[in-house]
Amino acid sequence: MPRSVRIKDHLGEQQLFEQRAVVAAVIMVIAMGLVISRLVWLQVVKYEYFADLSQGNRIRIEPIPPNRGLILDRNGLPLATNAPSYQLELTKEQVEDIDATLNGIAEIGLIEKDAIPTIKRDLRGRRSFDAVPIKLQLSELELARFAARRHQFPGVEIRPRLTRYYPLAESSVHAIGYVGAISEDDKKRLNLDDYAGTTLTGKNGVEYAYESQLHGKAGYQQLLVNAQGRSVERIGDEAAKLERREPVAGNDLFLTIDQRVQQAAEEALRGQRASAVAIDPANGDIIAFVSTPAFDPNLFARGLSRPEYLALTEDPNRPMYDRVIRGVYPPGSTVKPMMALAALENGIVTPANSVFCRGAYRMPGVSRPWRDWKPGGHGHVDMRKAIATSCDVYFYDIANQMGVDRIHDYLSQFGMGQLTGIDIPGEKNGLLPSTEWKKKAFRRKEAQMWFPGDTISIGIGQGYMTATPLQLAHATATIANRGQRFKPRLVRAVRNVTTGEITELKPSALPSAHVNDPGAWDVAIGGMYDVANASYGTARGATANALYKIAGKSGTAQVFTVAANEKMKKAGELAEHLRDHALFVAFAPAEAPRIAVAVVVENAPGGGSAFAAPIARRILDVYLLTPEQLAEQDAKRKPAPPAPVPRPGETE
Amino acid sequence: MSVDALDSSRTQRTLTGTARLLLALHIDGPLFIALCMVGAVGAIVLFSASGSSLGMLEAQLMRFGLGLIAMIMLAQVPPRIIRNAAPVAYVIGLVLLLLVMFTGDIAMGAQRWLDLGFVRFQPSEIMKLAVPLACAWYLHERPLPPSLTSLLVVGLGIVIPTVIIAEQPDLGTALLVAAGGGMVVLLAGLQVRYILSVVALLVPVAVGAWMFLLHDYQKQRVLTFLDPQSDPLGSGYHIIQSQIAIGSGGVFGKGYLNGSQVQLEFLPERSTDFIFAVVGEEWGLMGLVTVILLLMFVIGRALYLSATAHDTFSRLASGSLALTFCVYVFVNTGMVTGLLPVVGVPLPFISYGGTAMVTLMAGFGILMSLCAKRKLVSR
Repeated sequence: MPRSVRIKDHLGEQQLFEQRAVVAAVIMVIAMGLVISRLVWLQVVKYEYFADLSQGNRIRIEPIPPNRGLILDRNGLPLATNAPSYQLELTKEQVEDIDATLNGIAEIGLIEKDAIPTIKRDLRGRRSFDAVPIKLQLSELELARFAARRHQFPGVEIRPRLTRYYPLAESSVHAIGYVGAISEDDKKRLNLDDYAGTTLTGKNGVEYAYESQLHGKAGYQQLLVNAQGRSVERIGDEAAKLERREPVAGNDLFLTIDQRVQQAAEEALRGQRASAVAIDPANGDIIAFVSTPAFDPNLFARGLSRPEYLALTEDPNRPMYDRVIRGVYPPGSTVKPMMALAALENGIVTPANSVFCRGAYRMPGVSRPWRDWKPGGHGHVDMRKAIATSCDVYFYDIANQMGVDRIHDYLSQFGMGQLTGIDIPGEKNGLLPSTEWKKKAFRRKEAQMWFPGDTISIGIGQGYMTATPLQLAHATATIANRGQRFKPRLVRAVRNVTTGEITELKPSALPSAHVNDPGAWDVAIGGMYDVANASYGTARGATANALYKIAGKSGTAQVFTVAANEKMKKAGELAEHLRDHALFVAFAPAEAPRIAVAVVVENAPGGGSAFAAPIARRILDVYLLTPEQLAEQDAKRKPAPPAPVPRPGETE
Repeated sequence: MSVDALDSSRTQRTLTGTARLLLALHIDGPLFIALCMVGAVGAIVLFSASGSSLGMLEAQLMRFGLGLIAMIMLAQVPPRIIRNAAPVAYVIGLVLLLLVMFTGDIAMGAQRWLDLGFVRFQPSEIMKLAVPLACAWYLHERPLPPSLTSLLVVGLGIVIPTVIIAEQPDLGTALLVAAGGGMVVLLAGLQVRYILSVVALLVPVAVGAWMFLLHDYQKQRVLTFLDPQSDPLGSGYHIIQSQIAIGSGGVFGKGYLNGSQVQLEFLPERSTDFIFAVVGEEWGLMGLVTVILLLMFVIGRALYLSATAHDTFSRLASGSLALTFCVYVFVNTGMVTGLLPVVGVPLPFISYGGTAMVTLMAGFGILMSLCAKRKLVSR
């Protein structure tokens, strides 16, 4: 039958429908028969089994939290471990009046009155038979106080749990981060099934970034409970049916940090608002990561009270602020080796071209001079000597010739102005300015214009330019490595606790910094070598008598702009928070670099070579020398250097 | 036709006053009584499931009353108007769905609600009725069994809203909307060879949906269905506790308000999607079979009524509504007993919850209008 002449056949359709309806009815009967037979299976055949589970005794599933992975330094020294502690847990269905109970516990001083609404909010989201922690890490005194009154609080119990413990307290805290109680925000991020029974989660640093490695998976055990929900003794046969699945412990992490170097750096920086970071140029491994002042992460694992928290956040020295990756400073003269490479790459000068420095740079048509740091000037300087003496006039000149955009494009290759991609959160990207950036950054048309004068300050790492200490160390490592770059990292290997297997993580290479003539590296590195070794080098004092050769560059970052024509005030006359920052970058051994370091001391009483360079020297010494060499050198030096292991409580 | 006329004139002679009223209101007596019985059972069970909450009981009874009014009112609308309104309702529903996709409120992690200022509702509920009605409207004046072109048009009309709803994500409603449209096509006499090819097509579609469409939590539910013990703290918890509740109820149950699984709150979602397990624990196999038979009577009666309807549109639309109700019942009882994965489908008239109840009642109102015995002049 051709399709075009089909017409409606009402009777046929009616019959077709009835036929289909009958089939549908039959299928329905079969489907519901299936359900009923399932019911017979559950309620008749397996009745005893389910009745066992339900009537009289019930099975409760109790989660077993996994052990959190350890955090170790590169040599296996523990930095974050787990320690037993006691916590207070409340089970909703066993508490008659939750308000009265919480108020009662607050009255005996175990929780704060202010914390009760938060605790209640947390309780609301939990199953009625879950034991919810309401106070972590009870002290001996608190334990005793609760034990004496426990009969007043049915449904509230003391449970031993493992909690996070940082044996070295403040050391490396900004790299490791810390753990704290799981918050509402954390709950959105985490797979809560794996966190049944877990009270703490990583909040910052490696603890946060590697949470999925460290945490592991919760296990569970079935418990027999009576009608009131209390756990009862297991009786013979029934116990055999109870299941238990062991939790899967989290993985241990080996950091790249060398605790010996870390500790030496911390001691050298103690008492300052400062940061230091050391990188292995060959793979991006971070050897030391220091931001001072620091704080004790154990406080967070225990749970901070509000005053304690405020004391930390309102401290004017900002101990929680991670200066290594979040502090942005004008890099000052530490950018000069990169600036020299940029000039060579762009064909502005040759290494042998020399400039006569009279102590000030004048731009045609501008009456205001740009002064050199050295009032009389440096006389004739070629590129290498310009780096070694940190001649500002030389760099004013090449920056002016290059223009800001060429500087921007070249310094980008060293990671300036970009996130380095370090494996912990919170990094800032500093600022590598360009004409385009200025257009976007300012609302007013007049302010959007890039002036040649802006470029001149960039030549010595001032003006709009800023960088983090990590970026400076990374750029220094790139120079040491002659262009080859690696993403900085804090974790070098992961150990599976169950199998003991250690997986080394591969360093991740970044696009290299490019030079047309490899000889350019020799000029830049040669200049940095002269900084530390030539008679006219700015840092020769701090690097004298080293058992290896250092290449470095000092820098001073202006905080307070002194009008160029005003006579420079002595640093000491300025208020402390307006004093300049002292910077020093270095790598060593100069001929085969194994470590690159950046040190920034905020508002230092002296410049980079006087104040930051000795700290960098100490870090290099501890990393490169054997303990015997170090001891011998310390003995020779005068005045006596800080003892390798300070007595506790000793400060400046 | 003549048999029908004769039939009704013969019965008319013996009608009582009440029956006469029901007939005038186009209400089918047996179906009406069965629905009221289901509603009453629902109210009794809900009171226990909610931990003896009078507030919830009141709210549920109020909705049931509202639903009855909606049903009676819709039964008065002439079939012609329902038929002409079907495509309009479909288009409005689709527009609202799209609106919700871009602007809707997010409640409980899913984007389903549309806030009109005075009332918040889920446009997907409209589609539960609009999709089968629109499909029936499209097919009713074309020759049946449907041609391939008609099938493609209808298929597209079903798939679009289904995918949008599944993405909200509301797998349960998507399933019911797809079932509503699919039932129309099946009842229209879809050839067996097409049925077989659709079944063959379902395999790649299911794989595709698994890979691109389903949200993680939906996949997790399906995986857990296959092995509830794999995740006893997470999504497996529902299935395990529900089976314990039903199984421990035995043949006669533990007695009203005496189910320990229910009263000690071991059973999750006991007043909503898992209320069937409450019946199982407290009333046992007897209670469950009673509920199932009651619901099967409703389905059977509705299917019978649709077979007596006078025109193709009425037959297809009402038949589909009856069978969709059956899908509701099967999917819910199947998931609670562990036969099917957990998708959010409530047990009609018994689970606590407003929108679904009103939509269902509206559906039965439409069915009664379409299948009412009318004087021949009304055509």
